[in-house]
Amino acid sequence: MLEQIEGSKAMARTIALCRPQVICAYPITPQTHIVEGVGELVRDGTLANCEFINVESEFAALSVAIGASAAGARAYTATASQGLLFMAEAVYNAAGLGLPIVMTLGNRAIGAPINIWNDHSDAMALRESGWIQLFAETNQEAADLHIIAFRLAEELSVPTMVCVDGFILTHAMERIDIPDQKIVDAYLPPYEPVQVLDVEHPMSIGAMVGPDAFTEVRYLQYYKQQTSFRLIETLSQQFAKLFGRVAGGLLRSYHTEDAEFVVVAMGSINGTIKDVIDEMRAEDIAIGLVSLVTFRPFPIRALQEALAHARDVLVIDKALDPGMGGPLASNVAIAFRNMDDAPNLHSAICGLGGRPVTKASLSRLFRQAMVQPWEGPHFLDLNDRVIAREIHRRGKARRAGPAAENILKILERERAEKARARAEAGGA
Amino acid sequence: MFQVRIHGRGGQGVVTAAEMLSVAAFLEGKHAQAFPSFGSERMGAPVVAFCRIADREIRLREPIQTPDVLIVQDATLFKSLDVLEGLNPRGHLLVNTNRDFAAIHLDGAVARLPMGHAQTCPATDLARQHIGRPAPNTALLGALTAFTDVVKLSSVMEAIARTFPGTVGEANIACARAAHDLVRQRLDATETSHA
Repeated sequence: MLEQIEGSKAMARTIALCRPQVICAYPITPQTHIVEGVGELVRDGTLANCEFINVESEFAALSVAIGASAAGARAYTATASQGLLFMAEAVYNAAGLGLPIVMTLGNRAIGAPINIWNDHSDAMALRESGWIQLFAETNQEAADLHIIAFRLAEELSVPTMVCVDGFILTHAMERIDIPDQKIVDAYLPPYEPVQVLDVEHPMSIGAMVGPDAFTEVRYLQYYKQQTSFRLIETLSQQFAKLFGRVAGGLLRSYHTEDAEFVVVAMGSINGTIKDVIDEMRAEDIAIGLVSLVTFRPFPIRALQEALAHARDVLVIDKALDPGMGGPLASNVAIAFRNMDDAPNLHSAICGLGGRPVTKASLSRLFRQAMVQPWEGPHFLDLNDRVIAREIHRRGKARRAGPAAENILKILERERAEKARARAEAGGA
Repeated sequence: MFQVRIHGRGGQGVVTAAEMLSVAAFLEGKHAQAFPSFGSERMGAPVVAFCRIADREIRLREPIQTPDVLIVQDATLFKSLDVLEGLNPRGHLLVNTNRDFAAIHLDGAVARLPMGHAQTCPATDLARQHIGRPAPNTALLGALTAFTDVVKLSSVMEAIARTFPGTVGEANIACARAAHDLVRQRLDATETSHA
């Protein structure tokens, strides 16, 4: 049923329709309203046969999910930002053990400096942990991806992370269709584990593995992910058939057929990019977009096909690897490796720590990339003046102090000057 | 697409106002997107919330920089922020105050807007009277329907009922209606005097 509902609440309701049997959560910032929402649904009986466990930390949240999943329960948890890092060891364990846990990640920045706002730093930090990572473009897709995620995770026995832009999606109230239980049940059968701890048939999960077998166990993890591309597409097609709308899959192309210039991005920023593309298309500029849904496993073949006719590719990253640049750009570059006539690759970093990404800035960026491409990553809307002042100041003294505090001081001074000017103008 | 920006302070129900407005638009069959300016939540700190309303799917995710309607829940914000920044020159302004625009030094800005596009509403006073606490959001939504066609008063009342069930909702609905009637009467009086 169509409802005007907050993204987090819609996800909570949809997750409940997936009939998880164990939900563990550590409800402290950084969190979203998702676990609060499913908690209420467990308490009021809407979500039956489900144990909601309040734990003492994120590390415990995922550890309990691992235990529950190994015992044969459909297990779910959610986190964001530092919370994900705090459970990092368990994140790798869940993947290594092949336990199909589903976790929502309300994407947020990672400190320092302390910042609670949106970017993709958290997902990127654990992109090599062995989880499947799916990125939602809209709140409808954020809800829908959970249904697909449980099915995908359980068919592959690989844990799956649904990455949803924190605040931008999780805190936005929009028109979202919450599906009927019957349709969800038709798509998602009850959990049938491929491995389970059962007292009737004793066995152990999590053996110590030495050099003689470690590579083989790890290779099977790689093999499972590399052979999952077709399944990911099939599950998306089955979803579309049953629910009557598109969600999931490897990637989606927008106006790429004749586009020489193609943007590649993940998450909610694709909505704003599409609006910019529509405006530029109205000016007869041949620009298109590839919206990447599946980041892990990284769909190299699908990307190569989607970008086959592009001459220039601009990759938008909402995360920064300070020693390298944009992680998504680095990954897309690998898709072009050894490719004849590979397109030119341009990289832009934007929306870090919740900086709004506006249509105006993106439009300027795309136009600049077409006529005057740059080397290395371009930082969208970077305040060059503040950077220059701080670099100059640091050059003058060794004990230059913390960069974050210094930049805040400069900005505060500028704001005060502006307010004074406004007051004077108002009084005149 | 129609864009509404709401300014206020933490604790005044700014985010809830944007959400209720989006529900009202949804009830009229429109697409609507309500979202807060994402900050640390503190009582009294400046807060901004946004609401977009359109006939088709809203894909845009940037904050609203050029609002068609600006609702100001706390008039003291004008001293510390450029609240009016980006307001559409043909747009609408609604300010919570029991004084007139000249008394809060906004007469210059109001004069630049089309006639009747700026209104005041003593929303905090009305809220104290009807709800028993100084939450001006529902009164302002009611007042908004008196001089714009963003949404209907009946839709706002239904959105309030869905957000606050029971007697709290009823009090807020009464508050919204009172604010609507107050602004409507003022407009009618102006129109009569001009006739």
